[in-house]
Amino acid sequence: MIDQMRRAYAIAKKDVRIYYLKGPVIIFGVLSPAFLFLAFMIGRDLPVDFLIAGLLGMTIFFTSTSVAPVIAPTETQTRNLERLAAAPISITTILFGDVLASVLFGIAISLVPILLGMALGVSITHPFILALGIVLAAFCFSAMGLIFSSAPTSMTSTVMMLSMMVKFPLVFISGIFIPVQELPLWGQALASLSPLTYITDLCRYAFQGACHYPVVVDIGALLVFLAAFMAIAIKLHERSLPKRL
Amino acid sequence: MKNVIEVKELTKDYNGLTAVDHINFEVEEGEVFGFLGPNGAGKTTTVRMLTGVIKPSFGSVSVMGFDLGRHPIRAKEAMGVVPELSNAYADLSAWNNLQFMAELYGIPKRVAVARAEELLTRFDLYDRKGHTVKTFSKGMKQKLVTAMSLMNDPEILFLDEPTSGLDVQSARLIKEMVRELRDTGKTIFLTTHYMDEASQLCNRVAIINHGRIAAIDAPEKLKVRIGGLQYVEVSFTAPVDVSDLSAMTGIAGVRTSGDKIQLYTDEPDRTIRGLVDYSQSSDLEIVTLNTLTPTLEDVFVKLTEEA
Ligand SMILES: Nc1ncnc2c1ncn2[C@@H]1O[C@H](COP(=O)(O)OP(=O)(O)OP(=O)(O)O)[C@@H](O)[C@H]1O
Ligand SMILES: [Mg+2]
Repeated sequence: MIDQMRRAYAIAKKDVRIYYLKGPVIIFGVLSPAFLFLAFMIGRDLPVDFLIAGLLGMTIFFTSTSVAPVIAPTETQTRNLERLAAAPISITTILFGDVLASVLFGIAISLVPILLGMALGVSITHPFILALGIVLAAFCFSAMGLIFSSAPTSMTSTVMMLSMMVKFPLVFISGIFIPVQELPLWGQALASLSPLTYITDLCRYAFQGACHYPVVVDIGALLVFLAAFMAIAIKLHERSLPKRL
Repeated sequence: MKNVIEVKELTKDYNGLTAVDHINFEVEEGEVFGFLGPNGAGKTTTVRMLTGVIKPSFGSVSVMGFDLGRHPIRAKEAMGVVPELSNAYADLSAWNNLQFMAELYGIPKRVAVARAEELLTRFDLYDRKGHTVKTFSKGMKQKLVTAMSLMNDPEILFLDEPTSGLDVQSARLIKEMVRELRDTGKTIFLTTHYMDEASQLCNRVAIINHGRIAAIDAPEKLKVRIGGLQYVEVSFTAPVDVSDLSAMTGIAGVRTSGDKIQLYTDEPDRTIRGLVDYSQSSDLEIVTLNTLTPTLEDVFVKLTEEA
């Protein structure tokens, strides 16, 4: 068990070296949520801490789901997978390694909107809850990213398309641009199905001290999503790995 | 001698196509076991099942006494694998690729550093150790993948066509390595398309065709058992009447190929004397004269050619 965790860490290290420590990946990670955010916020009169909370939620979401889904198809194409499959590690270990790398990346990039917020005078009322929320959300979205890559394909473009088709709608139903309590009932129901809703809500709590759901519900929901995503990802990858060789 | 690999009724179906069909065999500790067969015979599929990369549709494999279905991690820790088509990570350096392998196999850092240096030296890659693999030539990549498979000092090494596409020097290096490993008591499972390679290296070979094992034995025994008769190949300064030669005693058959005549016989000595007499009596000079035994290739062709 401990051995497998160490080996997952080795995989995470490999992922960071190969896939994350690249200029374009990092720049894209910072810029894409920022642009999407600006496009919808310009001209609207909302408090800055509300905005930063939304930006932070989106940044964690986009960065944690950006690279994790392309690793499996890339390694299918570059023919590194058979070597991994022959190593004394389970598929769960491989996926944990991939998630770990993605989490570290998500956390690192999420510092950008936090620092931006502090520069704009936003104060963090609940730093511990914020840290916990970021880590949980990063795990949750990274695991979600792995579900996208479980299609046994070597085409990163297929996986990217699939993930975009899920990611963009999620952004709009998650109470980022409009507070959840101001949504119509059906909108609130929809929002409750998205993990992004809960991390954004937690961020608002951390910055503004107020939120729509109780904090425990936010954290609990993220945990449930994380467990579900991880279980689904493992099941799907167990099935697809042999087809990739 | 104990068996380090035991394969029972191993089968793999790919939607209706049976790539490997109920095969059984054992590999003994310390032997080089050759796995030969034409393209598509099921060699790679078998190796993948033996290395735990794909699951069999039916049957079982045990490696070093560990059932691969039940204790895959323990079994895999004892093996080194060079898959048929596989690459090191192109964006990592040779050194980091080796260290990554060591981490995956749980090799302590200190041991891993010493072993990586030794392997890089042995495979002539030491001065390139800091370069990323994408700058390597094909042969250098193959040597690195082989070095990676040795990072855990495996008891059993699986090599799927390790020398295909390599130059003479690099192929020799790999063959040397196989011999050295055998001499230190390791077991090697080798698939190859090069018959002389199998003949030189293997204690036993299995010949597989259409997913079934056609024969398993020591190469020399296979040659005697299946290869057929020896033959004497002769050529003269001038054309001769082949029927004169086939009339000689002890000749089972005659074939001509170019200016050479091949006389199949189980008494090569008698045939040679007969040919010398014949050349004197018909006033011809012998240009070349060779006694040939069937090769592993003859055995292979016999067992695998379509009717
Ligand atoms: N993933 C797969 N899906 C479907 N069929 C497959 C798959 N892998 C192999 N096969 C089929 O199984 C058979 C055996 O293939 P295998 O790769 O084991 O042959 P091989 O003996 O290694 O051949 P070669 O000498 O060309 O490497 C072939 O008919 C091949 O088409
Ligand atoms: Mg093959």
